[in-house]
Amino acid sequence: MELKGKKIIVIGERDGVQGPAIEACIKSAGAESVMVQTQCFV
Amino acid sequence: MVKKLAEEYGKDNLVVILGSPDADSSELYAETLVNGDPSWMGPLAGVALKLPVYHIMEPEIKAQVDPSIYKEQLELMEIALDVEQIVKGLNRVRQETA
Repeated sequence: MELKGKKIIVIGERDGVQGPAIEACIKSAGAESVMVQTQCFV
Repeated sequence: MVKKLAEEYGKDNLVVILGSPDADSSELYAETLVNGDPSWMGPLAGVALKLPVYHIMEPEIKAQVDPSIYKEQLELMEIALDVEQIVKGLNRVRQETA
C-alpha cells in the first residue's frame, strides 16, 4: 500500500504509538492526515 | 467519525494507520474497520467500510517513512512491541476479506 497522496486516519494508542508520532511519520511518506486520535483505555 | 470520513473521501483514497500495542487490539481495530463492529455495540455495527488498515510498524509502511523521523518517533517503541504478531493479526483480517 503506497501512502503517498493518500488521506490517512490515524488511530494511535497511549500504550502503543501515540497519534502525533504516527502523523509525523506518515507526513514524511507524503500522505495527509484527516483524523488523528490517541486512544486511552485506562 | 470514521464512517463520515469514509463517505467523504471514499475507501480508495483512505488508509487507516494504527499504533495499537498488541496483536489482539490491532486485529479488533482492523476487523471493525473492514467488516464492521464485531460486538454490534458501536456506530459501526453492521457497517462494512472495507478500509485498508495497516500498523505504522509494518515493514511495508515503515519502508515509506523518512528513516530519521522513524528513528526519532518510533524506534524505541518498536523494541517493546511484538511487530511480527501484530502483522500476523492484520494479515489474518486482510486474507479473510480478500
